[in-house]
Amino acid sequence: MIRIAAETPWYDLFSRGARDWLRHNQKVREAVKETLPALLAGADLMSQPGHRTVLVPVKILEHARLRLLEPEVRQGAGQGRGEPGEVLQPGREEGERAAQPGGTQDGEIRFVVELKIDEIVDWLWEELKLPELKPRRAAALDDPDYVREGWDRRGAPARLDRRRTVREAVKRRAIQDDPVAFTNDDLRFRQLVKRATPSINAAVIFALDVSGSMDEAQRRLAKTFFFFALQGIRRQYARVETVFLAHAAQAWEFEESQFFQAASSGGTLASSAFRLALEVMQARYDPQRYNVYFFYASDGENAAEDREGAASLLADLTGQTNYAGYVETGGGAAYRPRETQLAEIFGEMKAKGRPVGASRLGSQDDVWRAIGELFREQAKND
Amino acid sequence: MTELEDYAGRLEALAQRLGLEHYAVDFELAPASLMTEIAVYGLPIRMPHWSYGVRYIHQLVRQSMGHSKIFEVMFPGDPCRAFLMDSNSLAENTLVAAHVLGHADFSRNNQLFARFHAMAGGNIVEHAAAHAQRIQQAIEAAGLERVEAVLDAALALESHVDVSGELRRPPYPEFVPEKTAPTETAFQQRFGQLPGAAEKASPSAGPPLRTRIPPHAEYDLLWFIAHYAPELEQWERDIFLAVRAESLYFYPVFACQIMNEGWASYWHARLLREADFLPQPLYLSAIKAHSDVVRPFASGEQTALAVNPYHLGFTLWEHIVDKQGLERAREVMRDEDDFGFIRNCLDRDLAEKAGLFVYEARPGGELRVASRDLEAIREAILAPKYNYGAPRVAATELKSDGTLVLTHEHASDGRGLDAARAKKVLEYTRRAWRRAVRLHTVNERGEPVELVS
Repeated sequence: MIRIAAETPWYDLFSRGARDWLRHNQKVREAVKETLPALLAGADLMSQPGHRTVLVPVKILEHARLRLLEPEVRQGAGQGRGEPGEVLQPGREEGERAAQPGGTQDGEIRFVVELKIDEIVDWLWEELKLPELKPRRAAALDDPDYVREGWDRRGAPARLDRRRTVREAVKRRAIQDDPVAFTNDDLRFRQLVKRATPSINAAVIFALDVSGSMDEAQRRLAKTFFFFALQGIRRQYARVETVFLAHAAQAWEFEESQFFQAASSGGTLASSAFRLALEVMQARYDPQRYNVYFFYASDGENAAEDREGAASLLADLTGQTNYAGYVETGGGAAYRPRETQLAEIFGEMKAKGRPVGASRLGSQDDVWRAIGELFREQAKND
Repeated sequence: MTELEDYAGRLEALAQRLGLEHYAVDFELAPASLMTEIAVYGLPIRMPHWSYGVRYIHQLVRQSMGHSKIFEVMFPGDPCRAFLMDSNSLAENTLVAAHVLGHADFSRNNQLFARFHAMAGGNIVEHAAAHAQRIQQAIEAAGLERVEAVLDAALALESHVDVSGELRRPPYPEFVPEKTAPTETAFQQRFGQLPGAAEKASPSAGPPLRTRIPPHAEYDLLWFIAHYAPELEQWERDIFLAVRAESLYFYPVFACQIMNEGWASYWHARLLREADFLPQPLYLSAIKAHSDVVRPFASGEQTALAVNPYHLGFTLWEHIVDKQGLERAREVMRDEDDFGFIRNCLDRDLAEKAGLFVYEARPGGELRVASRDLEAIREAILAPKYNYGAPRVAATELKSDGTLVLTHEHASDGRGLDAARAKKVLEYTRRAWRRAVRLHTVNERGEPVELVS
C-alpha cells in the first residue's frame, strides 16, 4: 500500500530545517555581538559611508562532540586502483602550505551576516556602557513645531479620530432610548498646537591632519574613530550634518568620499583647521540652532610658531561647540617622552572647564577605549 | 491503483516466495523538501536544535552541487515506514520499493535489530514525534534558552550510551547486595574437614554498605546524567532520556550499515531480475539506477577515499549466496553485525574484487595508498564504528561536592581527546549537571591532562 500525501501534508506547513537554521543564525548574531568590539576593530569593516549595514564574515557554529585528536597520519579505507605506496594526491608545496595556516578544514563553509550599523552601535553602547549624548538645553535652541494635542468637535476630515468618535457614540447610545448610529456631536478631531520643541539638529565637524607625518595606518585609525563617533552622535539626533576638513599648512573642506584620500606635504598648521571650522560653523551651523561637535585627529605635531594662534582659535571654537574631541594617532607612549603641542593645547582647554576630551590612538584596539573615554567625558560636561 | 502500487504489491509477493519475512511496510511518497529534512534529522519529526539547521544547510549545499541524491529513507519498525521521493522516476521508485523490502527483511530478522525492536517497540516515528512535542511544551514552559542548553548537552553526548545495556534501566541498587555464602559442594565440605584447613571467616553481618555512585565505570552517560545530576528537573531528565532512546534506536542501523545496505541491494537486484511482470524498458532504467548506487566510486573516477557500503555489502552477499547458499546467507544476516560480517566474511579475494585499500593522509595533504593487507583493510573499515563512533568516556566518580568526574580510556582509543571540543562539551554538560565537570584524558604528547568546566 503506497500512500500519497494529502493536499496540504503536515510537513509542508513549515520547514523544520529552516526553523533550526534561523535559530543557528540567531545564535551566530549573539556570538558576533559578544566579540563585536574586537571584530569591529578590524579596519576592513569600515563600511562605505551611507551604507547602513556591514558584512561580518563568520564561521558556521559547530555543535561540539567528544572527538579524538587528529593523528599525525590519518588512515582510512578506500576503493579503487593503486599499488601500496602510490600517491593519490600530492601534498602541497611548502609555500602553499604557509598560505593556509593552522589546519583550515577544506569543507568549512563560511558565510557573512549582515548587521545593521544601528544595531551594532546599540550593542556597543550597551557593551561599553556609554552614556547617551544630551542635546544642549538652552531655550534659544527651541524649534517651533506642530504637535498633536487634545480633541475638538470640529476639524479637518483628515484628522478625524475614529476611535474616539466611536467611543463618544457608544457613550451617547447607552443613555438614549432610541439612538441613531452617529451624530455630528460624536465626531472628534485631533487638534494640533504650535509647540516649541528642542532642536534636534546636530552638525559634526571632522578635521584631519593630512600632513606628511600622518601615515596610512594613522589615517585608518582616525577614520575608524570618526566613523563610530559619528554613529554615536547619530543615535541621538534625527538630523546630523557632517563637515570634513583636512589640513596641512592650509585647510580645505572635502567631500566625505575624498576626505580620507586627501594628502599634502609640507608643514602643519593646526590653526588653519580650527579657523576653517569656525568659519564653517558661523556660515552654516549657527551654534544657537545646532548642536555642534568637533572631532580632530592628528599626530600631535604642530609648527612651534603656530601654538599661540591655534590655542586662541581653539578657545574660540570650544566656547561654541557642544563638545570637542581630540584623538592623537601614532606610536606608543615610548616614542612620546612628553606631551605634544596639540595635546597640551587641548589639555589647557580642559583645564579651563571647556567641554573637551583628548585620547590616544596607538592601534585599532584603542579605538573603543577612545570612543568610551570621549563619550563619557562628554556626558560629564552635560 | 497506480503502477507503482501495482509493482510494489507484486514485488512484495515475489519477496515472500523467495523467503523474505518482514513486518508490513508503509510506503509514503514525499516531496524533496521532506526527504531532505528526513535525511538531516534522521526522522520525519524530531526535536528542534540549531545543529540540525547547520546540517540542513550543508545538505542543501551538497544537493545543489549534485553531490547528494536521496532515493529512499526507511524506518524499521512494525510497520516499517518508508518514504519515497515523489520526483523520482517510476523505475527508480520501483527499485527503491524492492530495496526497502530487503531492509524490512533484514530489520526483522537480524538479532541486533530484533533486540532493539523488543526493547523500544516498533514505532520510532511516533515516539520521536511525541518527544518533539514534549520538548516543544518544555520550550513554552521553560523558554528556548533553557531547553536548548539541555539539548546542547544531551545531543553532544548522543553516542555515549551503553549499546549492550537495556533501554529501561533501574537506578543502581541503594545498598551493595549482600554476598550470599556460596553453597558448599560435597568436595568443599570434605576439604574443610581436613585437619589444618583454615577456619573460614564467617561473612560479617555488619550494616549494609551504601553503593558508591557510580559503582563501576558508567558508559551510559545520558542515563547517568538523567538519574544522578544533582538538580535536574523532570523535563530536563525527559530530554536526556528522549535523546538516549532515539540514539539507541539508531544503533543497529549504524552497526549494520554495510550488511543492511548490501542485503537490501542484493534483494532489489534479485527481485527486479526475477520480476517478469516489469516492462523491459522500466527494468533497464531500474538496473541503471542500481549500478549508479552500487558502484565503488563516481563515474570517471579511479578511486574513492571511502568505502561504499552498498557496493561492499552487495559484493559480499552475492558471494555468500553464490558459494554457500541462501540458507547460510540468512544465518549470517541473522547473527552478525558489521564487525562480524567484515571479519568473518571479507576474505582476500573479495577485498581484491572490491578494490579495497588502506590510504594514509599526511600533513600537507599528501594522500597515498598505504596497504592492501586484509587485516589492515578490515581494521580501517571498522575503526570508525567502534563504540558507536565516539571516544570511550565513562563517568567514574561523583565527588562529595557534586563534581562529576569523567575518564577517557585513551589507552584503548589510542589517542587523547581534542581538547577544544572536549572543553565545549564539558561546558554544555556543566550547565545541565550544575556542578563542576572534570574530564581526564591525555594530550598530544601522551601526558595526562585534566579538563575542567
